[in-house]
Amino acid sequence: MNKFKFDWLILPIIGVVIVLLTWHGLAGRKVFKLTDTVTKEDLSALVIALPEGAAQWNAVAAQLKNKQIEAATATSLPPAVWTAVKDSYEEIRVGPIPDLPNVAETWISSLPYMKEPFAKRGEMDQGILRFTWYSLVLVSKGYAIALLIGVPIGFFLGLSPTFTKMFDPLIQVLRPVSPLAWLPLGLILFMRAGPEAGTYAALFTIALCGMWPTVLNTAVGVRAVPQDYLNVGRVLKLSRWKMLTKILIPATLPYMFTGFRLSLGICWLAIVAAEMLTGRPGAGGFLWQEYNALIYEHIIFSILVIGVVGLILDRLMSLIEARFKAIS
Amino acid sequence: MAFLELKNVSKSFDGHSVLSNVNLSIAEGEFVAIVGYSGQGKTTLISLIAGLTKPDSGEVTLEGKVVSGPGPDRGLVFQNYSLLPWLTVYENIALAVDQVFADWDAAKRQAHVEKYIAMVKLSHAKDRLPKQLSGGMRQRVSVARTLAIQPRILLLDEPLGALDALTRATLQDEIGGICQSEGKTVILITNSVDEALLLADRIIPLTIGPGATLGESVPVNLARPRDRAGLNHDPEFKRLRALVTNQLLGFNAARQTSITRKLILPNILPENLDAPRVNRPPRRIGEEKDETLTVA
Repeated sequence: MNKFKFDWLILPIIGVVIVLLTWHGLAGRKVFKLTDTVTKEDLSALVIALPEGAAQWNAVAAQLKNKQIEAATATSLPPAVWTAVKDSYEEIRVGPIPDLPNVAETWISSLPYMKEPFAKRGEMDQGILRFTWYSLVLVSKGYAIALLIGVPIGFFLGLSPTFTKMFDPLIQVLRPVSPLAWLPLGLILFMRAGPEAGTYAALFTIALCGMWPTVLNTAVGVRAVPQDYLNVGRVLKLSRWKMLTKILIPATLPYMFTGFRLSLGICWLAIVAAEMLTGRPGAGGFLWQEYNALIYEHIIFSILVIGVVGLILDRLMSLIEARFKAIS
Repeated sequence: MAFLELKNVSKSFDGHSVLSNVNLSIAEGEFVAIVGYSGQGKTTLISLIAGLTKPDSGEVTLEGKVVSGPGPDRGLVFQNYSLLPWLTVYENIALAVDQVFADWDAAKRQAHVEKYIAMVKLSHAKDRLPKQLSGGMRQRVSVARTLAIQPRILLLDEPLGALDALTRATLQDEIGGICQSEGKTVILITNSVDEALLLADRIIPLTIGPGATLGESVPVNLARPRDRAGLNHDPEFKRLRALVTNQLLGFNAARQTSITRKLILPNILPENLDAPRVNRPPRRIGEEKDETLTVA
């Protein structure tokens, strides 16, 4: 039991902690820097001018004497003092990668999106689960198209060597093409489709990128159907249709589901590209729009959400896959 | 006219002749065993009769009609059972019955399936999947599936080859009993002379390839039902077993290559490992001297 917990709980936690520490080490943070034109004397004059300022000067001088002051220290000063001197400082970011938001910033900035996951404050300012839902709806449509096209193509490839020789090279060429490359073509294809052109282009991209694992795994599965099963069908003189439904499809299902699982993963990859380029609301669209809005914390947040959703989808599919694998 | 007939059947794969000039004639109701070494075309022969492969030359006829493809009139029991793993015992047999007796009503088909499951004593396991069955049970399902389509001739392709000896013996008796009571024409392919003698009316040895063909057939006139324990002491059984075994061994001996090169043995003796390890030359046979061994 101890061993179990160590392997499955403690080690992953250690891994996460290492990554968080690295992130924290690399990330930048917000500090206030005394502007060049302001001297220490100007500063003390400002503070002493305050009511009871003379008494406070000594207490705060220690923090204010530096050229830089940490954001946290600044907010811990008496508000009157900070208000008085604030204009003498300018806000800058420091660190190995100054513009990379740190862990705390990301957490605080993302909290509203997690606290109200279904809120709708505007087209591009919605709760994260609402965004995820939009993406999932689009992905499931594209995925359905991918399967509906991919399975028959896979069967043709598996059953007919002629078909394979004809189209396999083409598939091998098209398979590695990125969703980012397909989307502009999709936009052109559906350019005259009216206001929904972006949606069609996104579906085109998702379906086209996602179908290859289904196509190839189905083809492999059909070729791997044991000759004995086919002989059973031949001895019984099963019709072509019965041969397909009673023997070929059940025998291929485990392979098909491996393909389905991989396809879903790729469809989820493609969604980000599709949403980015079409500007649709969704997990990927949110990422891109927050990049444009210079809210970098939300980029990291979106990446994590996309990753977690992808993981959940993959786990769900492998549960189904395992059921089919268990039979044969 | 013979029930099943093979005339000058030859088959080769990729230019390698597997079977050549096979002639076989089987009467209705006869139980014939074909015995031969592994990999010499036994399965090819049964595939030709089943119609799963076509002969290069010659023809196979069943009741005067040329066999052009597989069909349910020739029931094939596969060596590796070939049950569909996603179907239960019942569904596996029902798939065959529903296909072959499509004109029967559902209740009649169901009763038919149940009858054959009961015949192989698997009624308690009819809703199990093949992976939940032992090897012997699987092969019984396979036999039931084949018998249920009521073929004119039963083709058994090493049906018990993958089973352990005890299960094998039990199933031999069961298959023997079932075939006897159903009065079927049967071709059994096997590599066991004892199995053939126990079950068959006639044994035909298959010669060794390339271009294997059928040897001279040996009629088995042992009284039925044949008792496994009693047969071992039956002089006729012993004579037949010796006859068939010698025929098979003879095929193999004829193929054996002889060494024509003269072998020269090395002129050294084994080292004495008890002696201290020093750099010494190997002992030659020619230098061999008497050694005195002191036994403590």
